[in-house]
Amino acid sequence: MKSFTYERPTSPAQAAAAVSANPNAKFIAGGTNLLDLMKLQIETPTHLVDVNGLGLDGIEATPEGGLRVGALVRNTDLAADARVRKDYAVLSRALLAGASGQLRNKATTAGNLLQRTRCPYFYDTAQACNKRQPGSGCSALDGVSRQLAVIGASEACIATHPGDMAVAMRVLDATVETVDGRGTERKIPISEFHRLPGERPEVDTTLKPGELITAVTLPKPLGGAHIYRKVRDRASYAYALVSVAAVVQPDGSGRAAFGGVAHKPWRVEAAEGEMARGAKAVTAQVFAGAKPTHDNAYKLKLAERTLGAALTEARA
Amino acid sequence: MVSVGASAVAAALPGAVGAAPAANDAPVLAKVAFTVNGEKRDLELDTRTSLLDAAREHMHLTGSKKGCDHGQCGACTMIVDGRRINACLTLAVMHQGAQITTIEGLGQPENLHPMQAAFIKHDGYQCGYCTPGQICSGVAVLDEIKAGIPSHVTADLNAPMQVTDAEIRERMSGNICRCGAYSNIVEAMTDVADQNKARRPA
Ligand SMILES: Cc1cc2nc3c(=O)[nH]c(=O)nc-3n(C[C@H](O)[C@H](O)[C@H](O)COP(=O)(O)OP(=O)(O)OC[C@H]3O[C@@H](n4cnc5c(N)ncnc54)[C@H](O)[C@@H]3O)c2cc1C
Ligand code: SF4
Ligand code: FES
Ligand code: FES
Repeated sequence: MKSFTYERPTSPAQAAAAVSANPNAKFIAGGTNLLDLMKLQIETPTHLVDVNGLGLDGIEATPEGGLRVGALVRNTDLAADARVRKDYAVLSRALLAGASGQLRNKATTAGNLLQRTRCPYFYDTAQACNKRQPGSGCSALDGVSRQLAVIGASEACIATHPGDMAVAMRVLDATVETVDGRGTERKIPISEFHRLPGERPEVDTTLKPGELITAVTLPKPLGGAHIYRKVRDRASYAYALVSVAAVVQPDGSGRAAFGGVAHKPWRVEAAEGEMARGAKAVTAQVFAGAKPTHDNAYKLKLAERTLGAALTEARA
Repeated sequence: MVSVGASAVAAALPGAVGAAPAANDAPVLAKVAFTVNGEKRDLELDTRTSLLDAAREHMHLTGSKKGCDHGQCGACTMIVDGRRINACLTLAVMHQGAQITTIEGLGQPENLHPMQAAFIKHDGYQCGYCTPGQICSGVAVLDEIKAGIPSHVTADLNAPMQVTDAEIRERMSGNICRCGAYSNIVEAMTDVADQNKARRPA
């Protein structure tokens, strides 16, 4: 690991100003992704700004009838919050399907949104990777791509956003709240938060350098059955090959977002009109234009079946 | 604003806020104070030191093990401020004021923690390398169930949590055992859960 200086500011504006002022600075929250990457020298910040002392660890009701989740709320606490369990169960379920008990005790809401891909070539510093080293090429295109994206990818990168929580937040239409180095606040719809790789796979999200996530807000509860299904290589403690976050109403209408298939949680609202007609009708539209590789074409069928299982579970 | 981490190079500057990158990757030292197994410790560490390395290399508490150093095995599990975490994926300097319990603090050979005694009774280990992490995790898991924290296998998120084999297996999935002592670990934890239940009036 490269050496770094460390500071612990006490207000969000100070923290954002500190990272904005220094292009080699990074925020650190739970540290469970950043330190992993720093040990491998995939991330090499020379200054860390610890955001744990900013008082951003509460969950409160919003005037609109939703919830405002502080950026530093731990994954365990968000999953266990009584209001989340009752009204946003898809989010509890997605969180509980991720990582391990130890990791969820440290991992934060903001850090989870910003976790980087698990593409094996991104992790292997001996291989070319446009995300790790812009312009170096993409080893996955001709490599092992079983875990990688089937849709929304580019010639430059076929990585996925590997997380679970963001898939549930996408189906719930969450909003990411931020403050930048000048103290300006903004709200980013979750649909516009993660980006597609395009020509710039090194940029995962639409956050500006030094912009601090302060909270994620959830609109008022949707009701219905909340399902999160995750298909993985082992029953626990593994990333999704495909996951589905679904909210299904008693009349069969509803919403669905897919994880493990693209550089961002994948949701096509226009396809949701087909929900009552079943999984196949929905996924045919959701994955229209998909360009799977030889290794990961199985994900298209798997996505259909996983949504089918979620719909069956919702009716049970 | 609290600011620590003046490097040898930057030490002359007042405070290290937005400090220049440490020249030539020179070590940056910072002070941290926390309580480990009931004892107050004041350390000055390279900012890069993980909580695990601080315990093993600087406090000579070698019970916590380093299996992977990347959050994948659980051998380094400690209980910090009442919660189990992977000590390899957190910086020591981020734990100012924390209450830290390692396997050495749970019990001693002459005064075993019930979970330690149950691991011995049920043969919850073979080589023993993963065991300190398993035991710290096991203690915390029973507390998590008691606190009503749900898991991936909890059928009803809004009902009281139960200690079942399925719950224990899922909650312990962050602790890998290469010797495969898993089924005996489940027995040991079930035994302790039963003892706790017997002690607590329903
Ligand atoms: C072995 C292992 C298995 C895992 N399995 C899963 C899994 O199955 N599913 C899953 O979803 N995840 C999984 N994870 C990933 C885990 O969820 C993430 O590591 C965690 O959520 C990151 O949160 P953190 O607070 O620790 O982030 P950090 O590591 O502290 O930060 C991550 C990034 O976010 C930035 N950041 C942090 N806070 C802010 C903020 N407030 N504003 C702006 N930027 C910020 C940091 O600068 C950094 O770039 C796994 C991790 C490991 C190690
Ligand atoms: S898919 Fe993306 S992350 Fe993976 S090697 Fe190619 S550029 Fe890197
Ligand atoms: S050493 Fe920390 S999880 Fe493996
Ligand atoms: S007892 Fe050997 S690794 Fe678990």
